[in-house]
Amino acid sequence: MILHNLMQWMADTPWSVGLHESRYAYSIIESIHVWTLCVFVGFAVFLDLRLLGVTLKGVPVSQITERILPWTKVAFVIMVISGVLLFFAIPLRTYHNVFFRLKAVLLVLAALNAWVFHNGGMYRRLAEWDSAQVTPRAAKLAGAFSLALWVAIIFSGRMIAYNWFDCESPQKAAWIDMLSGCDRTEEAP
Amino acid sequence: MLLPYFQAIEAGIIGETIRESTWLFPFVEAFHLVALAVIGGAVLVVDVRLLGFGLKRQPVSELARDAQPWLIGSLLFMIASGVPLFMSEAIKCYYSFAFWTKMTALALAIIFSFTIRRRVALAGETRIDPFWMRVVGATSILLWSTVGWGGRWIGFS
Repeated sequence: MILHNLMQWMADTPWSVGLHESRYAYSIIESIHVWTLCVFVGFAVFLDLRLLGVTLKGVPVSQITERILPWTKVAFVIMVISGVLLFFAIPLRTYHNVFFRLKAVLLVLAALNAWVFHNGGMYRRLAEWDSAQVTPRAAKLAGAFSLALWVAIIFSGRMIAYNWFDCESPQKAAWIDMLSGCDRTEEAP
Repeated sequence: MLLPYFQAIEAGIIGETIRESTWLFPFVEAFHLVALAVIGGAVLVVDVRLLGFGLKRQPVSELARDAQPWLIGSLLFMIASGVPLFMSEAIKCYYSFAFWTKMTALALAIIFSFTIRRRVALAGETRIDPFWMRVVGATSILLWSTVGWGGRWIGFS
């Protein structure tokens, strides 16, 4: 409820209203979000595919993490900023959107996966398998997890735009309402 | 001139099926986005290298050869998912400036990628002046970005 009220307050700020009602701002930010998705996820996919040992087999893994990851980080920052702005334009609806909540959970899992990969024992022993065409099982797992998570994140992100399960739409299932934090008694006349 | 064809496509069974379903359009669209990420990676791994950044220790020809199947694969996936999306709203596309911009850029991007860019990338740094490699990399990024932006703006019109 505290968060709900916070979102309500955010939605009423002139900045949020301005973004929401602007003719072009929302579309431009959304396009930037999609473009950086292309750069960020695109590069991440190629690191994952290398970890799986299916492409760039002649390139040491350390070359990709050292020379590609900085680009990925820049794209990631732009992606987060544009994503936050998109949220800020429609805070209350997005906060209660079940796909947004799913996406948030998946993003945390993707961050965890990346953290485990970069801090795990396998990465510390990178020198041993850096140039190996057939990568260790743990590296393959990290790559596969990352790929699956980003596909799921793109899916859930795209679905935020649809209002099938919104609190304002007719109720579909009680458990979806629970996940969305919809309080339908509130709207009763 | 082309409008009757677009009307026939929109009235066709595939377009109708997608329009009548709640889930189909968003799902195909999400697949389209996943393929966008892959094509982005396949294009940029080579283009960033052509610009003189990224995987500089690898010969550009090696990167181009590695990325090629992913470029072709994701492009086919993009087309396979994009065509049904188009069929469901062909008439809207006909009147959309963004759609025609995207299609023009797409045609140019495909031609450029498989002719000039491919030759330059495969010839490599020993035979091509770095200046021209940069021009080719920048042109490729510009063309493919126009395809992406155009695509996103079809949805806004």
